[in-house]
Amino acid sequence: MARKLPSKNVVVIGLGWTGSILSYELAKAGLDVVAIERGPWRDTATDFPPSYAQDELRYAVRLDLFLRPAQETLTFRNKADQTALPIRNFSGFLPGNGVGGAGIHWNGQTWRFLPTDFRLRSHLTERYGADMLPSDMTIQDWPVSYDDLEPYYDRFEKLCGTSGKAGNIKGTKQAGGNPFEGWRSSEYPTPPLKQGLGATLFADAARKLGHSPFPQPASNLSEAYTNPLGIRMGQCSYCGFCERFGCGNYSKASPQTCVLPALLRLPNFTAQTESEVLKINLDSTGKRATGVTYVDTSGNEWEQPADIVLLCAFSLFNVQLMLVSGIGQPYDPASGQGVVGRNYAYQTTSSVSLILKDKVLNPFIATGAHGMMIDDYNGDNFDHTNLGFVGGGYMGAGQTNARPIQTRPVPKGTPKWGAEWKKATAETYQHAFSLSTHGSSYSYRDCWLDLDPTYKDRLGRPLMRMTFDFHENELKMSAYLTERLAEIAKAMNPTEMQANPRKGPYDSTIYQTTHNTGGTVMGADPKTSVLNRYCQSWDVHNLFIPGGASVFPQNHGYNPTDTVGALAYWTSDAITQRYLKNPGPLV
Amino acid sequence: MGCLARFKNLNFDGTFAFDLLWFGKSALINLHRGPKAFGVWVMESKAPLCLSRRSFLASTTALLATSVSVVHARTFHQGMPWAPGAADLPPLTRPGPWVFFTADEAATIEAIVDRLIPPDDRGPGGKDAGCAVFIDRQLAGPYGHSEGLYTRPPFMPGSSTQGYQNPDSPAGRYRNGLKALADHIGESNGGKKFRELTASDQDKLLSNLENGSIKLKDVEAKAFFAMLLQDTQQGFFADPIYGGNRDMVGWKLIGFPGARYDYRDWVERHNEPYPLPPVGIMGRADWAAKG
Ligand SMILES: Cc1cc2nc3c(=O)[nH]c(=O)nc-3n(C[C@H](O)[C@H](O)[C@H](O)COP(=O)(O)OP(=O)(O)OC[C@H]3O[C@@H](n4cnc5c(N)ncnc54)[C@H](O)[C@@H]3O)c2cc1C
Ligand code: SF4
Repeated sequence: MARKLPSKNVVVIGLGWTGSILSYELAKAGLDVVAIERGPWRDTATDFPPSYAQDELRYAVRLDLFLRPAQETLTFRNKADQTALPIRNFSGFLPGNGVGGAGIHWNGQTWRFLPTDFRLRSHLTERYGADMLPSDMTIQDWPVSYDDLEPYYDRFEKLCGTSGKAGNIKGTKQAGGNPFEGWRSSEYPTPPLKQGLGATLFADAARKLGHSPFPQPASNLSEAYTNPLGIRMGQCSYCGFCERFGCGNYSKASPQTCVLPALLRLPNFTAQTESEVLKINLDSTGKRATGVTYVDTSGNEWEQPADIVLLCAFSLFNVQLMLVSGIGQPYDPASGQGVVGRNYAYQTTSSVSLILKDKVLNPFIATGAHGMMIDDYNGDNFDHTNLGFVGGGYMGAGQTNARPIQTRPVPKGTPKWGAEWKKATAETYQHAFSLSTHGSSYSYRDCWLDLDPTYKDRLGRPLMRMTFDFHENELKMSAYLTERLAEIAKAMNPTEMQANPRKGPYDSTIYQTTHNTGGTVMGADPKTSVLNRYCQSWDVHNLFIPGGASVFPQNHGYNPTDTVGALAYWTSDAITQRYLKNPGPLV
Repeated sequence: MGCLARFKNLNFDGTFAFDLLWFGKSALINLHRGPKAFGVWVMESKAPLCLSRRSFLASTTALLATSVSVVHARTFHQGMPWAPGAADLPPLTRPGPWVFFTADEAATIEAIVDRLIPPDDRGPGGKDAGCAVFIDRQLAGPYGHSEGLYTRPPFMPGSSTQGYQNPDSPAGRYRNGLKALADHIGESNGGKKFRELTASDQDKLLSNLENGSIKLKDVEAKAFFAMLLQDTQQGFFADPIYGGNRDMVGWKLIGFPGARYDYRDWVERHNEPYPLPPVGIMGRADWAAKG
């Protein structure tokens, strides 16, 4: 039996990016807030100081900061007619665990979606006709517009101190920035990072071919910065131990470097760690959440009552907690009915690898998010007539590291071991570089999340089951983008190059990104969404999922977290400015 | 911010040792690592490390992997927590004799890693680099026991896109794989051991394991080879703190500067090789005081 704790105004499930932003905003607004986090407390000095943060085996290979599958995992299959099997060791995507969530060990690539992305189905239908879209593609318009979110993107980027160059300030194009981006109310908080040789050569070649390269927006700061919460961040040192690692320099935006020091000073905030929320509790009507039940490390169960429940558990676990709590109708792909778990999508990346024998590239001098990019082939920035696919992605030179356990390029045809391998490894390391595309992943009727019938977690709950495969539209898109990228690569005069477009089937063991999206989609119609435009549950009005990527109706050709952060602020404003005045459905 | 543990290096010949002030206790452990001169490292931790953060929630319904310590649920309120010496230090590879391997297994592994990464005029091979020591310590630790992985039944074969679906841990796979390999070699080479074959026969055998043309009893040869290769190369390129990449030979081979953390002055020095030699988390042997 769970023991009942004194009631709070707000209970936050998970203290990562969205949880820390919502905790701060709501505690600042005077509410009594408790955040419950399943993993440990983590901080720079104790968990990843510069004296040992640069340990590839520990952090990048053994995945020290990540969720362990023994604690929670999912099952996976490509197609509905297969038996899903447990992901016994995470490698295809890497969920976070512990205070800071995946915000500790992300790259920092900080992109806004395009204005047309927010009205994807309408836009594509208007421009190309409805027949252009495959019949099983279930993309839909967002219930918010780019203009709605712009101030909130701005707020998240200022929280992070994001380094970059604007391409469009209030409708006026800016030289050196991304000419395709939506308007910005202001320049980036800090100037772009410096670029190494590989990215510089790429930008020169792209320019020659008529493209418009610009520095990738990075929450790895080019200079010291004090954010609006009064927290001071340091300058990035291009250490090359960024994604999968915590930053020892206080240079990478994270809950630790941007929110927690201010949040922990607020007397009406409490964090409870090593405590895993088992489910969200409902009252007898099923229309109001009464709080959550969690289990601590001693196996004791506690009930935390609250007036408002905020689900901030990362995309995948947002969906899982909705399913195990029985909130909303689970999606059934056979009938197409139901919403929870619907429209799971991901990302479609690819690469072109190069060897430039006459250049010394120092590829280990890198950050999680520097580099030069082009956006000419993203979203609907290019004409898709007769291409046979929709969607796109950004592409460019953003190699994030040359850590030698995992990044050791050799010429094609080199044996995998022995004398020749050793020679080729030694001779190539300084001269190899890789370019990549970051493509969209649209949603489909047969890609979804539900509860597994067989496998259970350590607490006896069913694991969540993922059914996902690449579709022809995405593979064609990846082939097209990779060809364009290879054209630029060729103009860099490489000694050797190899294009690696994404091929099916989707392989859960090959890392692409941790950009798992959908499953608790926000939308205008409760038949095709779990949340309304304020990220509020249609069924349970005091439950919000403030911006985790599970709310995305499909995934676009960018990384998710700028949009995640923007939606977190958007939701917190909806709660403080509207919901608190009149608790009830906001739509 | 910064070092919560301080490393001091003394000169010592022929051995490599840690003097750990750990929970107030001091233990001197020697590791014989071949002919090279290394320092003696004295690690002074200001205070005991409390508990590993590599923890899971305990629960009434599940038992945890035995070597995972449990951190208790904690409440944080009004201020960032701080305690002296609370850093979650890297796990130390204990010097000394083989921990996981038997002497015979170790001799085989040393011979194998020296073919996977042969010594040549560019530098030492896998054996002198300590790859076998690395694998030994990894197999004796969390990796060897699949710690933290999802190991609940049922185990069913699946497609390759679903990942490893076998109950055997790396430690078990090495034990069985090395036994099956020894049996195979013994049968086909008149009782010989791997290390007694000529280099070219060793290479042939390894190639046949790699392409799966050898059948080992109850062991999938291809997968076993892939694991051997992966672990050997990890040992060659991981920080020397784990027992491999001795004297940073892997990093020197390719020109990786190692555990350095600040390249601000070199980002825009295009086409100029980075000038400084590598360092590891523990520093570098030639930082040792001379004399
Ligand atoms: C290696 C890596 C690189 C990435 N790089 C980028 C990038 O460059 N750009 C980008 O835009 N995005 C990137 N991301 C994604 C980014 O990290 C996420 O989008 C972001 O952290 C999501 O925020 P969140 O609040 O939804 O989840 P998180 O920040 O992960 O926080 C969720 C928290 O909830 C906790 N939790 C979950 N379930 C429970 C439960 N039942 N009870 C209690 N607590 C629970 C978790 O432990 C976690 O701490 C990357 C991710 C990874 C892993
Ligand atoms: S690359 Fe920069 S932001 Fe990333 S961990 Fe290193 S210093 Fe920090």
